[in-house]
Amino acid sequence: MYALLSSIPYWGQTLLRLLGGAVAVLLPAGTIVYLFLFKMMSFMQSRLGPMEAGPYGSMQLFAEVGKWLQKEDLLPERADSFVFKIAPLIVLSSTFLLVAVVPFGPDAWFTNFEAGVFYALAVSSVSVLGILMAGWSSANKYSLLGGLRAAGQLIAYELPMILAVVGVVIQAGSMNLQNIVVAQNAGSIFGWNGLGNPYLLTQFVGFVVFMIAVQAELTQTPFDMPIAESELVSGYMTEYSGFRFLMFFIGEFATAGVFAFIASVLFLGGWGVPFSWFGWSGINDVDSWMNVGGPLIMLTKMLGLVFIIMWVRFSYPRFREDQLQRFAWKVLIPVSLVNIMATSVLKVAF
Amino acid sequence: MVAQNIAFGIIAAIMVVGALRVVTVNNVVHAALWLVLVLAGAAAQYILLTAEFVAVTQVLVYIGAVMVLFLFGTMLTRAQLGREKKLNNSTWYLGIPTSLLLLGVMILALTSSFGNEKLPTDSEIVSTQAISDQIFGPYLLPFWALSFVLLVAVIGAIVLARKD
Repeated sequence: MYALLSSIPYWGQTLLRLLGGAVAVLLPAGTIVYLFLFKMMSFMQSRLGPMEAGPYGSMQLFAEVGKWLQKEDLLPERADSFVFKIAPLIVLSSTFLLVAVVPFGPDAWFTNFEAGVFYALAVSSVSVLGILMAGWSSANKYSLLGGLRAAGQLIAYELPMILAVVGVVIQAGSMNLQNIVVAQNAGSIFGWNGLGNPYLLTQFVGFVVFMIAVQAELTQTPFDMPIAESELVSGYMTEYSGFRFLMFFIGEFATAGVFAFIASVLFLGGWGVPFSWFGWSGINDVDSWMNVGGPLIMLTKMLGLVFIIMWVRFSYPRFREDQLQRFAWKVLIPVSLVNIMATSVLKVAF
Repeated sequence: MVAQNIAFGIIAAIMVVGALRVVTVNNVVHAALWLVLVLAGAAAQYILLTAEFVAVTQVLVYIGAVMVLFLFGTMLTRAQLGREKKLNNSTWYLGIPTSLLLLGVMILALTSSFGNEKLPTDSEIVSTQAISDQIFGPYLLPFWALSFVLLVAVIGAIVLARKD
């Protein structure tokens, strides 16, 4: 199984993984912005969206990036320049760290981390630090308020997210994302293995809680108090321009893509197809063409999940701050705790 | 093992510089950010010791939760930009003997229990299951005691926050 990988020297593997990481972050971000932010949003609002640059406006993204790169890198006079400049980098690096544990195929992974899910939840919380730094260092009351709102919201919704994942970890018996993929595709529903056993069916409550928490972590619309444009201009991003704003922008949509990747690994069977289709019994039987097919399957599942996130984003009005906190602490956390209890009882019973 | 030693040295140097900056810098938020660097360095050292679960816990608990709450609290109350003059406590010099005493206790504890033992050069990654077997097996009582301390802290916070 590792024949393909071990024929490449270590530095070559590292280079490939770094390149793969950049592709796995930037390609979904670009696709999401074009397909959903430009086109789907326009269609939902009965307009065409960008049509001039390239066929159906498909080159619009490059025009936007070119525009941002030309803009001046502004710095408020009273701002804390070092913290102000480094904040978007921390937000973006959290995204790149996050993609490192996502498996895209039997061999196509960046790192096969033992405590994979746990690592993903830990590094995703680092971006809060960048947001707080951005809000504080801008020397702007709106930015500070946005940063504080973001921190309060992200802390509140990190808990249901972790608790929702616990159900999957109990059922798979592993925190390694690769093992979770294998457990789902090699599994069976009451002896019938035509579909594997995607945890979407058994952990549906966990899936719903996870997706709501992802929506809040990404500060997408029902949960966009931190950047509420009608109150706070643009929250913690108010003072940013040019390339640094672009970094926040890429970070937002790339994180949407990576969280959708993680959700598809946890609940939809990840890169795999049900192993019974091809008569595989475990990870070692999987044919190596899955290293090409796996990423495509992942991309499809990711686009499906991001479609749901964006659908909700363009459909619902914003929560009030107190509703938002109450929803996390009084609804999502109790529900996910009950889910953990039910899962562990059933795990012991079966 | 040589590569690990070099990495240990570099990270340790960064942590010492960061720790000194935490207490010397003239701005509360900057001090907190230097503390983040020190805690991240500790996580990196755990990775070098092949204790990845502990390293991830360090990031999740200290950087993701404690430091974020710390920054949240200071920014909510007072966190001015630029230098602050009266940041030093008048009893700051008492910290020096305290930290020296702690250093002495730690050196004594480490040398008396490990002596000249060295880490195995090919130590395997400690699996999460092994850690949980230890916690819920021989170390169950200390684990309960720690949970109790945390519970007391939570109740104390509720009592402080209640208005009646």
